[in-house]
Amino acid sequence: MNTQAADVAHSATRLGREELAALVASDIKAGSFVNLGIGQPTLVSNYLRPEQAVTLHTENGMLGMGPEAHGDDIDQDLINAGKIPVTELPGASYFHHADSFAMMRGGHLDVCVLGAFQVSAGGDLANWHTGAPDAIPAVGGAMDLATGAKEVYVMMSLFAKDGSAKLVQACSYPVTGVGCVTRIYTNEAVFLLGADGVQVRETFGTTLAELQDRVPVPLTAALG
Amino acid sequence: MPIIANSAAESVAGIGDNSTVLIGGFGNAGQPMELIDALLDGGATGLTVVNNNAGQGDAGLALLIKERRVRRIICSFPRQPDSWHFDAAYRAGEIELELVPQGNLAERIRAAGAGIGGFFTPTGFGTMLAEGKETRVIDGRGHVYETPIHADFALIKALTADRAGNLIYRKTARNFGPIMAAAAKASIVQVSNIVDTGGLDPEIVVTPGIYVNTIVRIPAAAPEREEARP
Repeated sequence: MNTQAADVAHSATRLGREELAALVASDIKAGSFVNLGIGQPTLVSNYLRPEQAVTLHTENGMLGMGPEAHGDDIDQDLINAGKIPVTELPGASYFHHADSFAMMRGGHLDVCVLGAFQVSAGGDLANWHTGAPDAIPAVGGAMDLATGAKEVYVMMSLFAKDGSAKLVQACSYPVTGVGCVTRIYTNEAVFLLGADGVQVRETFGTTLAELQDRVPVPLTAALG
Repeated sequence: MPIIANSAAESVAGIGDNSTVLIGGFGNAGQPMELIDALLDGGATGLTVVNNNAGQGDAGLALLIKERRVRRIICSFPRQPDSWHFDAAYRAGEIELELVPQGNLAERIRAAGAGIGGFFTPTGFGTMLAEGKETRVIDGRGHVYETPIHADFALIKALTADRAGNLIYRKTARNFGPIMAAAAKASIVQVSNIVDTGGLDPEIVVTPGIYVNTIVRIPAAAPEREEARP
């Protein structure tokens, strides 16, 4: 493994949350069916272009979800998984909860985008429980999303507040799904996870060599 | 043919202590508030409740938990910014929690209504929530065995029923309604409108009347934005 000589696309500065959301949006293939998790992944919807013709799924029973509703458009019977009032787009459909998760588990969603506390080199995701003994546990649809979509993209900061990397050899937090994450979008780099290990597609305000010094898993440059 | 009850109180009068009750709704969308209020007034206690959440604010399921009528709750997402009544009951050790991934919760309810004795699902495999459960590798992928959730009663909310019990719903308020109606021995449904038999186009019926035992008409409240105007 020769990380020093690797040629990885890079930009001069680290990405902010909005720039990261725009990058994820631009990577979603036209015509995809997509579920965006609660929190940072929701920002992705602001950067999807109409010509991408992406259909958004919300696990509480809708395809064709539109933007957040405001003012007179607010309808308490039309909410997203975060219980925020939303709108419906032409071509939308409603279905019950078992159908909604069958759609997910059955591999019909192309991509889901989730936040994470940690991701392991093997694609294990930890995003539902801090492991704190006094925490009231709540899982919602996190495990179903992690397991069901064809591709699972994670959006997160690469390092925790204490400076430790959130891309790890093995998750110390309770896992949400095993071997499910295919890409990680962070403020410092984009990582591709697969049979070839963890590959770095591009870096932001850092280099592959610098990342390798701070991230405790072997990194290689993505080919092509 | 279903019974058409004259009031919410009459519709839930048969729910006794220690019953298992499926309650529809995702957050407040589709939550049958008036039926839950009537259940609270009726005094039944020791209940096992199945819902996606564990109550929000000071209404509906949250009040049932506040009054300690719920012995055990099966849900996917109890912890919310306004789930203070559940939080207090849980921290006091006065409610038992079975936490289930949301899709497994839905499929376990569906399985009960469909007469399925359980199923293997990849969701949750390798996680804390699968500990102690039977597992099997199917086509190279780990699966967890999950059991059906049967219930004595379902309390759900739909938009319109006809007198044959056929139901249609409204937008994302549909959520757990159709599968809960099928999974309970007796389903009690609050609707905004009741139309004569034949008044619903059979092509658009979502829940066929075979799953519905009791209907009660609770007129929809005026939209909040109307009330908010000076």
